[in-house]
Formats: sequence, C-alpha cells, structure tokens
Amino acid sequence: MIPSIKIGLIYYFYIVIEFILNEKLIRTDKPGGMPLVDFIRYESGLTGTKIGCREGDCGACTVIEGSYIAGKVHYKTIVSCLTPLALAHGKHIVTIEGLNGATLNPVQQAIVDHSGTQCGFCTPGFVVSLMAHCLSGDTANLEKMLASVDGNICRCTGYKSIEKAVKQVWELTRSRNGDDPVEWMISQGYLQEWFRTIPIRLAGISNQPDISPASPVIIGGGTDLMVQKADDIVFKKIEKAHSLSSKRIEIQDNTCIISGSCTVSEMLESELLKQCFPRLEKHFSLISSTPIRNMATVAGNIVNASPIADLAIFFLALDAEISLENGEGTKRCLPLKDFFKGYKQLDLQPGELVYGLRFNLPGNHDHFNFEKMSKREHLDIASVNTAIMARVNDGKIEHLHLSAGGVAPIPLYLAETSRFFTGKEINGDILLKANEVLQEEISPISDIRGSAEYKRLLLRQLLFAHFTELFPEKTDPIQLIQILQADEKH
Amino acid sequence: MKNIDSIGHVRGRSVFTDDIPLTQGSLLGVVVVSAIAHGKIKICDFTAALAMPGVVRILAYKDIPGENQIGGILPDESLFAEEEVHFIGQPIALIVADSEFNARQARKKIRIEYDEYEAVTDPRIAKEKGLLLFPPRTFALGNIAEAWQKCKFIFEGKADSGSQEHLYLETQNAYAIPLENGTLKVHSSTQGPTIVQKTIARVLGIPMNQVEVDVRRLGGAFGGKEDQATAWSVMVALAAHLLQKPVKLSLSRHDDMLMTGKRHPYSSDFRIGLSEDLKIQAYEATYYQNGGAAADLSPAIMERTLFHATNSYYIPHVKATAYSCKTNLPPFTAFRGFGAPQAMFVMESAIALAAENLGIPAWKIQEANLLQDNDIFPYGQLAEQAHAQDCWAETLTEYNIGDKLAEVDHYNRTSVFTKKGLALMPVCFGISFTNTSMNQARALVHIYQDGSIGISTGAIEMGQGVNTKLKQVAANIFSVSSTRIRVETTNTSRVANTSPTAASSGADLNGKALQIACNEILERLRESAAQMCNTTTGEISIEDETVFSGKKDTGIRWEQLVAATHQKRINLSQTGHYATPVIHFDKTTEKGHPFAYHVFGTAAITVTLDCLRGRYWVDSVQVVHDFGSDMNPDINLGQLEGAILQGIGWMTMEEIRYNEKGRLLSDSLSAYKVPDIYSAPKVIECKSLKTDGPELAIMQSKAIGEPPFMYGIAAYFALQKAIKAFNTNYKPEFYSPLTPEKVLLALYSKRQ
Repeated sequence: MIPSIKIGLIYYFYIVIEFILNEKLIRTDKPGGMPLVDFIRYESGLTGTKIGCREGDCGACTVIEGSYIAGKVHYKTIVSCLTPLALAHGKHIVTIEGLNGATLNPVQQAIVDHSGTQCGFCTPGFVVSLMAHCLSGDTANLEKMLASVDGNICRCTGYKSIEKAVKQVWELTRSRNGDDPVEWMISQGYLQEWFRTIPIRLAGISNQPDISPASPVIIGGGTDLMVQKADDIVFKKIEKAHSLSSKRIEIQDNTCIISGSCTVSEMLESELLKQCFPRLEKHFSLISSTPIRNMATVAGNIVNASPIADLAIFFLALDAEISLENGEGTKRCLPLKDFFKGYKQLDLQPGELVYGLRFNLPGNHDHFNFEKMSKREHLDIASVNTAIMARVNDGKIEHLHLSAGGVAPIPLYLAETSRFFTGKEINGDILLKANEVLQEEISPISDIRGSAEYKRLLLRQLLFAHFTELFPEKTDPIQLIQILQADEKH
Repeated sequence: MKNIDSIGHVRGRSVFTDDIPLTQGSLLGVVVVSAIAHGKIKICDFTAALAMPGVVRILAYKDIPGENQIGGILPDESLFAEEEVHFIGQPIALIVADSEFNARQARKKIRIEYDEYEAVTDPRIAKEKGLLLFPPRTFALGNIAEAWQKCKFIFEGKADSGSQEHLYLETQNAYAIPLENGTLKVHSSTQGPTIVQKTIARVLGIPMNQVEVDVRRLGGAFGGKEDQATAWSVMVALAAHLLQKPVKLSLSRHDDMLMTGKRHPYSSDFRIGLSEDLKIQAYEATYYQNGGAAADLSPAIMERTLFHATNSYYIPHVKATAYSCKTNLPPFTAFRGFGAPQAMFVMESAIALAAENLGIPAWKIQEANLLQDNDIFPYGQLAEQAHAQDCWAETLTEYNIGDKLAEVDHYNRTSVFTKKGLALMPVCFGISFTNTSMNQARALVHIYQDGSIGISTGAIEMGQGVNTKLKQVAANIFSVSSTRIRVETTNTSRVANTSPTAASSGADLNGKALQIACNEILERLRESAAQMCNTTTGEISIEDETVFSGKKDTGIRWEQLVAATHQKRINLSQTGHYATPVIHFDKTTEKGHPFAYHVFGTAAITVTLDCLRGRYWVDSVQVVHDFGSDMNPDINLGQLEGAILQGIGWMTMEEIRYNEKGRLLSDSLSAYKVPDIYSAPKVIECKSLKTDGPELAIMQSKAIGEPPFMYGIAAYFALQKAIKAFNTNYKPEFYSPLTPEKVLLALYSKRQ
C-alpha cells in the first residue's frame, strides 16, 4: 500500500525506503528525492558526514555503499550529496560512525600518527574512502590506495601527511592473504563484528517497486542531475535506470556492447576492456574521482549531452553506435555521432532510454588514445578532451576516428579531419595539415574553461600528443616541436 | 604532541557549528542577495515569497532595530542593502522558514527590480574615477628621486596577482538562540567572536553584555572568517531576537562563493634600480588594491602590503604607495598573508624582470640584497635576529642547489617535450597585528578541586592547532600531564574583548596571556605548598605532578596540593592579561616598531612542465625555515606544508574570474579548482634553522600560520623558467595565476 497525500495539485507519493545505515535497519517514508546526506545528518543525527559543496567535488560527504549480490556484499564509495535517498533502498550505507570502534581503527590511527588532520572537516571523508578501499580487498598497490582519496579535498594539510598515513595503511594491508576482506578487517580491528551480519540482513530487504502512477525521474548515477536540480526532484518519484541488457559489458564476436547503466568504475574493472585498451586506467583516472566513477553511468554521461562529456568523446572515437529503447521493447540504433544534434539537444524521443553502446573491438592494427586537459589534472572538467582510434597498416593510416570536446556545442566527431588522414603516412607535416582541417571544423567559445584561442591551440597540441603517445617511432620530437613553434596559425 | 582534536576528527565526532543539535522549533534562514553589481532597488516585493509554505518572515533593513551597519574598521557596509546595491551577492533580506528547503523555494519567488548603474571591476579604472575606499598611503625610505641617478640599471614593469577563494571546507554558518530577558547565545563559525558580539549589539541596539558568542572550532578559515563571518551571525541574531525562536543559517557552497569576499586582487606598477654589483639601490611600487564594494579589512591589508613591499631585502631607497580602489565586487578580505603575498609578488617580479634583462639568474640579485641585522625597514624598524642570509645559505648547502641548478640545465638541454625550472624564494614576515592596539589578549584559568584544569582564551581553533599549543603552555607551567587540561570553547562571556585569531598571532598573544594567568596560580600553589612543608616559597617547585622542596620529593601529589590549597580558601582561578611590549607605530610619519619579531625562511621550488600540453607538476619544495625554538614540530610542519600548497595554488590553478558585469564565473567547486592530492608537490622537505627564537614568541616558538604561504610564489617563477627553456622568445609577464592556459599560450607565444 502506498500512501499518498494531496497538497495543492501535486501528489506526493511516499514509499517506504528500507536500508541498513551502519548497524541499524532504517525504514523511512521521507521523500525519496531527498539527498542521502541530509537524511544521514539531519534525520539520523550522524554528523560525522560533512557537507562541503553538494556537487561531488570535495568528498566531505563520502560514505560507503554496500550492494548485496549473490550472497556477498560489494562495497564502494559514493558521495551522499548526489545520492537520492530512494537509491539507498536495499543497500548497506556506512558512515564514519559505522567505522568507529572502541579504539581507533588502523586507518584512523594512521591519520593521527602522521598528523593528517588539521581542521578535521574533510577528515571523515578521507577515512571513509580509505576504509572502502580496504574493503575492496585490492590493497597490494600503493598508487591505487592513494587514488582512493582522489575525490577528497583537504584545504589545510597540503596532503603530504595524508600521503604518509596512506602509506602506513598500505604497509599494514599490502600483504594480507586472500581472505574475505570483511573477515580480515574484523580480525584486525578495522571493523566491528556486526559487519558480518550484513549480507544476511540485506538479503532480507525486499525490493518493492513503487507502482504509483507518477512518472518517475530516471536517474543514472545522478552525478550531474543532483548538482543541477536537487531541489526540483525532492518530492518526485525516483527510479534508478536499471540495466536494460542482462550484462554490463558483453563481447559478441568482434563487437563490445556496454550497457547504458554500466558505471565508469565497472568499465575500469573490466578485464575485457583493459585487454582492448591497455591504458584504460590512465585514461579514466582523468575522469572525475573514485566515488563519482562509482556512480556515474555511460548513459548518464551521454544523455547529459555536455559538449565536454569524457565518455562521449571516448566512444565517438570508437565510432560507437548507440541503441535506444522506448520502454515498450522497441529498439533503434544510430551512430553516436548522429545522436548529438545541438547544444544539449539529442536525437532522443520521449520515453526512450539508452540501452547501450556498441563498438568494434580494436584489432592488432588499431591504436587508441585519450587526452584531456583541465586546470587541475584530476577531478576537473575538461578545457578540451579528445580521443583517437587509428588503424595503421604498413606505416599508412587505413582509417582514423578523431573526436574532441570543448570545441563545439556538442561532443564533436571530427569527420573531416578523420577523413583527411585516410591513406596518409604519419609524420609531422601531415599532422600540421590535419590541424588546418581540424581548425576549420571546430568552433570553440571562450568560457570559464578557457578562451577560444586557448582551446584551438590546445586541441592542436593534443592532436600532436595523440601521435607522440601512439607512434613515438614515427614522430621525431625535435622535428615536431619545430613544426609547432613555426606554425604561423598560432 | 599531536593535535588534541585528532582523535575526534578521525572519528567524525568533533562538533562544528552545523553539527550542533537544533532546539525544537528552530528556524532556518536563506539569504536574498542583489543580482546586479551596481544600481538602485526599484521594487522589492516579498508578497509571493511570504505566501510560500513554511515561510515565517522575511527580514530586511527596515526590520533592524539598531544600526544597519556592520563595517569593522570603517562604517561603510550595511547588513542589508537599503536603496542601492554595490555588488552581486550583496545581502538584501533574510528569509526565515521552517526548513532550509522551504526558504530556498521561497527565494525563487522574490521579485526585485533595479535601475542598473555602470559597474566598475578594475581597480585602475576605479582609481581613475576617484573611487577610493579610503585615502592612499605611502611608505618611504631614503631619497628615491636622487637614488635613480645612481643606479646603473633601471627596469620598470607591471605585476598583477589574482584573487583566491578561501575554500574553507566548512562554509559560513551561525546559530542564534534567544535566552531569557532579551539575551542571545550565538554559535558562530568565526575567527572574531568579539567582532560578532559587538556588531550584533550595534545592529540590534542592545548592549554587548546581552550577547554571548560561543565558538568550539572552525572547519578551516584562512582569514575568510575574520570579518566575513559576521554578517551571517548578525542575521541569525536579528531573526532570533525578533522572532524569539532559535534561527540557523548555513551558507550553501554556491552562496558562500557568491556572497563572501576573497583575497584582494592587486594590479601594481614597479620600478627597480640596481648598481653594477647587483645591489638594489631603489625600488618604487604603486599598488592598486581591488578592495571591492566596502572597506572590510582592506585598510589593514593595504597597510601590510606596504610593510612587506621589500620582502626579505634591504633596499636603501624605497617608495611604496597603495590605493584601495572601490569596485562593484564583494568586499575583498583577509586571507593568509594579508596583503603581504601581493607585495612580495611585485618585488619578486621586479627582480625577475631585472634578471631577465641583465641575462643573469634571479637568485644572484636575491642573494645580493638579503637583510642583515640592523638594516632598516622602510617603516623604520631595525632588523633584529635577521636570519635571511642564514636561511638562504643553508638552503643552498642543505639541498645542493648549485648541483640542482646544473641538473635542471642539463635536463633542459636533453629533454624535448618536458622542461624544468627552479626558483628560490626568501621570505621575511612581520609578526603582530599592524594595528598596535589589537596586540592584547586575555586568558581565564580554573583549577578545579580534583586537580583538573580548564583554560579559556580568546584564541579560535580552526585547524591550526592553537588549542594544542595552549595546552602545552599550561601543562608546561604546572608540570602536569596534558590529560588534566581541557581547553574550553572560545566564549565572549568567559573571555571578553578579544582580538580575532589572525595575523599568525593567536598562539603568541593568547599563549602569553595564559602563561601570565598560570604563573599567578602557580605562585599561590607554591606558597601553599611552602606552608605545608614548613619552608619558603623559593624552595618549592612542582615537577611531574609532584611537589619538590629544594629538589627533594615531598610526597605531595598535584591533587593533594590543589585540594589542600582550596581548603585554605585560596583562589584557584585567574585571568591573565597580555599586551605585546615594545611595539608602536605612528601613522602620521609611517614609522615605528610595529612588529614583535620577524619570521625568516627560504624555499627552493622545482617544477616540471609538459610543453606539449601545458601541464605542470611541482617536483619539490625544499625549505629552510626559522621556527625559533619549535614547540610543536608536528603542528608547525603541518602548517608549513599546508600554507605552501595554498601558496602554490594561488600562483597556479586557483583562478577567480568575474565578468565585466561583476558576476563571479568561478562560482562552484567544479569551476574553481584548489589543489588535490595529485597537485601536491611530490616532495616537501623542511629543515629548521637552529636559532633560540625571540622572547616575544610563545615558548620562543615563532608564529607559523602565514609566513610559509609566500614560499609558494617560487612556483610562479620556476614555471616561467621552464617556459623560457622551451620558448626562447618568451618575454616574462607577471600576471598570476599561471594557469595551464596561460602556460600553453606562453609556450607558443611568438612575441619578441
């Protein structure tokens, strides 16, 4: 039974949202569109989770989300400011309070030992991120452990003390055996005993669909929607965009199909993709931060239609095809490059959802690269981003796909420039000529991400960077620099 | 000793203002602000907003019972705009509702129409139009007019430095609770509880004793909560006073960035003259400080710019003039360094330009002009314990800077796509409020019957560890375990008439006051112990919680002594009052002895630049710093590292942009970037210069908050060197921040 009350002309539908918050089962009829952080802080009184920005850019509100899948709970970080309460249903949400024991856990102790906290406002977020990383069980690599706090901003310490604390945690956890991370962490004083009871308790929470007649707000990851429109959806019916396909990432013959609801992290964890794109980790480390990658979906990044959407740029260079479904089982496919019609305009009919993206897997002669420049290298929005896929045979470019963001009202597939390369040999002069074509094809504007002049220059540079990355043997650095410095267009 | 708050912090149990549980019936506020930078309010209609669900009241200037005035130094800033508005983000009203959500929804229904006037955002244009916030000032030394004639080389140029958002992780917030008989208790996230108390009293038209301001801690401040925390506290106090309900206001990040002032942008002209042997003979600088729409703390900040015009150098002939220009931007305010970084950027730009034109490395000019003992500053004070040359020399030797410079040269000859640059930055920073009267503090100490101790001072804990240092001071004097001591909240009813915790002076001033209070109680305890042991007070000492008589353990423990002393009806509570001796300054002659002491140091910063993409990284920051007798290496190193990264951020990625209509473009964390863990220097090394430290520093441990910020300036000049290594056509320009955009454009600039 779903209670509803009528206020004015708007029906507010309340369903009961049920989840485990730290050790406690929560059953609440609070509005599903309310940010999870507000529920945690102001409804539950758990004030260790802080509000720093409400746009996923500071990490002060980071919490751990546990999902029950096939008898096990999988933990990852999310930012609670961009998570509508409704999406917590059926989950285990862990805040800093849920990580506290009678004494400090080793992560907390490490931060104290190395003076990794000053004002303390960002600190719970750092602890939570590191604890989630320990829960992942993948603690052998120090770089990865440092990357787990890539979404946490500290304004006091200068990070050096935090780095030392991370190293201490790494030293404690690097050589742990392959035990279940939760069991190991309980045995070592990281977690409380009650953590063990979570899987069975989560399994007991049923998934009651909200059958109210209101048309729902479909949320992918929410990482942009909740930034732009959090207040508008508080009282709306919230529905997570579920996978329309059975698998997140699927290989059929020579093609790869990625479900619209696949998150950036899921792509990053895919062994299949990592084989096809050996530098995927490097590329994706430039895209937002760990908790945002854990939440943000492929479909969300595409339908958001931002002209600098990193994944759109990535898939455009793969010449991907997008498939859409209208909710009644009717599917249609079109090239991704035709999907973007104008600034924030898509070839998307009402009711249509992104089923997924399909692209041909790179073969032996295919070379892929992704470049992104922003003010800050990580956790920033691109000034210009670009991707390339080049098929090269016997020193000649058979065909090439090039895309760029931040240089047009849409994520741009550079058709003319791509075509120009066909049949060409790779050398500096060709790159310079390609750049002339490219400069005709783009129309950047000056904005907070950079002046038009800068974006033009930058894309030229990144075009050259693609080739120095992919074909170092064919691109003599000294010659390239001479060409770039002599280019009269700049 | 680790920061005493660490354990609460890592457990998420430390309480910040927004964490205080709300009393039943509390109301929430949202601020209505001007949407234009300059104009007259034609229509201000709250009708539709008042009809929104949950809205209790909308307060504007007409509701103010006292004075509509919050200006700290000059009375030129209203709490709520009356007829005219002067910047985008200027408060016009406060919506009070049963929830913040409802207040926000109501804000959308407010209708304000304006007659728009021309907006000025550029300080030089403001100066031309005669728009100054207060009269200019000039500091002078020697005879500049004559000195130019003696100079072999003279160079002149322009240097601009950008603004900076404090980005304290905890946004501005306050919570006011009406108590009986018209009194109020206000929890405020402020560095200056007395300023808040005084301003509330003024706006409400009530005496200060009816307002109690209480501060536990701040989630970062960096100067941004010195003066600019006041308005929000006054608003909730006003609402609580009028509605007799508790009212809370917590700015959203977006509102905070839009409404609050930041570091002053400066545009400056400089002229530098050198003799053949690279001695700077003459230096003239004119600073156009962009003050924003109201004075705020600009007079004091402008003053510190003048005090630090010559940074760490002795220059015999100096003329430094500063104008505080009135623009239609939010009033710019205190930020770590307080006008000194802007001055030092100009000084270093002048040296860099001279070096560029002379074809020599800048460090040769820097080295030739460092301060020595008894050199005179342009403001008349003589340099004492001047460790500028010691820090410099030790930096060169400790870090083999000669070899490093050679390595950088070698790297730049062999590497094509990446280049390196290394720059040195000496810093000399004066400690004391430049307004002499603010250099006073008080403390209140209670020893309870059980031997536990409570201390209160005017110091605000904002992450800098001042409470830990205070605990050390008390534990040291009583020779008791620090676990016996509790540092209380900062509360205007316990410690009155406090100076804000600012100017790096919090530990010095409050620590000294605390020392005085503790010593007085200690004296009484020793007298009491002497009676107990039938000896003279002079024989008595307390060591490690035990009473000694002439070096002999009396067997009397701390708790016994305290209990016995209380039984004898001896006062175990004491206030302490401290006023920094020696200092004075005469504003009519602009001469005096304004600083208790100076902090010295030198940093070497090395960067790597990807010349294909314009991406850069700081490889290392290597510092020799004059800590004095370092009372807490954990805390002081943390302050140093954090300040350095903030300084590097100011010089590199942190870019505040307003459009010509005065609208902030970098208005969110997605548009304004502060350093993340990957932007931190790969290495920060710090060596402490071996010195005793001045008596006027608490436990002879020098103030630490601000001085290291300015080491970050070296990042700018190191980057310039890397650019030059790639593009020999590059003519250095001085216009921080040096963002990746500016770097890339410079790398490929063909300007001869």
